Amino acid sequence: MTDFKFNGSTLIVKINEEIDHHTCDLIKNKIDLAINFRNTKHLIFDFTGVNFMDSSGIGMVMGRYKNMHKNHGTVAVVGLKPTVKKIFTMSGLFKILSEYKNVEEAMKSEVKMA
Amino acid sequence: MKDTNVMKLEFLSKSTNEGFARVAVASFISQLDPTVEELSDIKTAVSEAVTNAIVHGYENTIGKIYITVKIDERNITIEVKDKGKGIENIEKAREPLYTSKPQLERSGMGFTIMESFMDKLTVRSSLGKGTTIVMKKRVN
Ligand SMILES: Nc1ncnc2c1ncn2[C@@H]1O[C@H](COP(=O)(O)OP(=O)(O)OP(=O)(O)O)[C@@H](O)[C@H]1O
Ligand SMILES: [Mg+2]
Repeated sequence: MTDFKFNGSTLIVKINEEIDHHTCDLIKNKIDLAINFRNTKHLIFDFTGVNFMDSSGIGMVMGRYKNMHKNHGTVAVVGLKPTVKKIFTMSGLFKILSEYKNVEEAMKSEVKMA
Repeated sequence: MKDTNVMKLEFLSKSTNEGFARVAVASFISQLDPTVEELSDIKTAVSEAVTNAIVHGYENTIGKIYITVKIDERNITIEVKDKGKGIENIEKAREPLYTSKPQLERSGMGFTIMESFMDKLTVRSSLGKGTTIVMKKRVN
């Protein structure tokens, strides 16, 4: 239950399930396929549909960041619920990616920054 | 009379059971009317402990995971036990960012999350015998 949308060199990944060790392998594989499918410069995670995430999600986001960073790409996130945001804050994920109000804001800022 | 309650779960170390375990514990705890945040903290801590038993304790072989939840007035005690390979150096394992499986994109934050989301975390482990995690939290 992960939706993908391409907009130019931006890939928007909307996850619609709980992120744990059980679900994250499939999510990772799909995202990596989508990133490589086109020349993706900006990856935006839309977490509007994520009500639960544990440390497996930290590894998932960090791993995608490393892949994007290798090709000088950027990663951003929108739609963090308070409980999920707590995990992002604790794990220092905001040091490697920015949070925006919505996908439109993220697109504007990330594409301009590059 | 003091208000106490207990429940026990036993299930196989299959990753599909991670969601089941945290929801089952949360639904047992809900009799205390915890806040949304307290409930979510407990679900996350249980998910961490159960995932560790599956990924590290049994290393994806099939074994049994045992959960006991005790309620004593507003105090909750959750025990998660596996009979897997055990932890060699508990102190090191509990350090933030330490993971023995970086190749699996693990971040080493599991114990740190359990520690900060619960009031108290105790780890007992013996090599080749298994690991028991005891977590305590008081809800208001
Ligand atoms: N039940 C267990 N049995 C054996 N070893 C364990 C167990 N739980 C934890 N460990 C060891 O402790 C280390 C740290 O655990 P922790 O949950 O903090 O991080 P992780 O599981 O490696 O990564 P993350 O939880 O962020 O995905 C693990 O890498 C593992 O070596
Ligand atoms: Mg862990």
